[in-house]
Amino acid sequence: MTDLPETTERKLGLVIDLDICVGCHACVTACKGWNTENYGAPLADDDAYGEEPVGAFLNRVHSFEVTPESGPAQLVHFPRSCLHCDDAPCVTVCPTGASWKRAEDGIVLVNEDECIGCGLCAWACPYGAREMDPSAQVMKKCTLCVDRIDNENLDPIDREPACVRTCPTGARHFGDLGDPESAVSQLVEERGGMDLMPEQGTKPVNKYLPPRPKDEEIDVLAPLLAPVADEPRGFLGWLDKALERMG
Amino acid sequence: MKPAASLLAFTTLSGLGLGLLVFLSLGLPPVSGWGAFAFFAISFLLAGGGLSISALHLGRPERALKAFREWRTSWLSREAWASVTALGLTGLYALPLLFDGPRLWPIGILAAAACIATVMCTGSIYAALRAVPRWHHWSTPAMFVAYAVTGGALLAGQVTMAMALLAATGIAQFLAWRTGDARVARRFGTRNTATGLHGHVRLFERPHTGENYVTEEMVFVVARKHATKLRSIALVLAFALPLVLLALPFSHLLGVAAVLSHAAGVVVARWLFFAEAEHVVGLYYGR
Repeated sequence: MTDLPETTERKLGLVIDLDICVGCHACVTACKGWNTENYGAPLADDDAYGEEPVGAFLNRVHSFEVTPESGPAQLVHFPRSCLHCDDAPCVTVCPTGASWKRAEDGIVLVNEDECIGCGLCAWACPYGAREMDPSAQVMKKCTLCVDRIDNENLDPIDREPACVRTCPTGARHFGDLGDPESAVSQLVEERGGMDLMPEQGTKPVNKYLPPRPKDEEIDVLAPLLAPVADEPRGFLGWLDKALERMG
Repeated sequence: MKPAASLLAFTTLSGLGLGLLVFLSLGLPPVSGWGAFAFFAISFLLAGGGLSISALHLGRPERALKAFREWRTSWLSREAWASVTALGLTGLYALPLLFDGPRLWPIGILAAAACIATVMCTGSIYAALRAVPRWHHWSTPAMFVAYAVTGGALLAGQVTMAMALLAATGIAQFLAWRTGDARVARRFGTRNTATGLHGHVRLFERPHTGENYVTEEMVFVVARKHATKLRSIALVLAFALPLVLLALPFSHLLGVAAVLSHAAGVVVARWLFFAEAEHVVGLYYGR
């Protein structure tokens, strides 16, 4: 059924902190790993060790250079994946009902056994979040790791999407964005979380936290200041002295 | 968007075939017997062949029948229903004619309507995509229908009507390109709306060094350099040249030349339809 649910009980999604992300691509690797070894067709690669490798990924990290009106340019790392939109255009275009949005938590999923691989949903998505698997020829997309978040065989700490669990800087948060009291909703409120391409009218559930404003002025004399800790102390101090004594 | 050969063949052939069926179903020309056999065979080959080629575009063509399921929301599913209805009704209308039987007018009128509805559904698949501002407009299905009816009139040998339609569709295509350009300039987001970042945003590094499904399907930029030249070629081949050929004293040879020129022009125009359509995901790839 490709009608969108009127409302969903919960709105599970991600909050991505552009201030913290360092662009390490660990989320990309963790996502590819989990979604290759678990639910659904494995995320295949074509010509993986050849001249033109192409593969399906559910998460990609772009890097943008942002030059404000005044002040130095900044580098912003920008993870891009399915936003689990409330008004998901990818779902309604599906001719077979393979694409659907789960009424209980709002996760947008693909039933791979019903997918004919027409690619229309990928065309309908403004965010490029869907990729056709080069081997299975069915559409792949972020599932918010449905096979982790509901999985009672996993430790409670692991019951979150692989990308969130792996992020070494804590730039990714997972929770119910439909509940204004949830930690993620509070974070969005506090930091001014934003929608991507609001003009597309997709009402994304995932939110992005903008980079915090940087200090306006940089002290040009800072490099000339005396180092604070010149002499090593503790173990390093002992090692230093011991090595000195050895001649 | 990538102009896949299967989509070009499908939309061009099925458009011509269904256009011809519109005229045959309305008794233009009033064929019967062997004449009916020849005309209906050509139109079914074009329409049915085109529609079956569309299955080649699928990743899993063996599951194609599942596409009939979601007609409530999906134009692709509606197109499947409309095409089966159109071919069924025209078949029902053609059958007695092959044996010099009666002309079933009510079925003919319904069949013509179903053929036009099928082409409208094809156009609406593209028009429904908000992520492609050049397509997201009522003129997209309207132009698909205009092309089909024009090609149909040519194939059906309706010289006067074909000349009028060639002129009208040619002008409409010119206007559609102009308004499409304006719409893209107005409706296409910016890298600022795509990323939510303020200031001048420039792609510093792509997420991957090679291509991926998204860049190959939706970030197709080859056409943009020669767009103006290709538009002129399409207008000349599809409309101007057939008009001149039809205006000359009638001969079957000139008629065939007009049809071939028109078909070649439609292929160029259809190639541009896909190749020129910019998808907003390009904003994330610095395009």
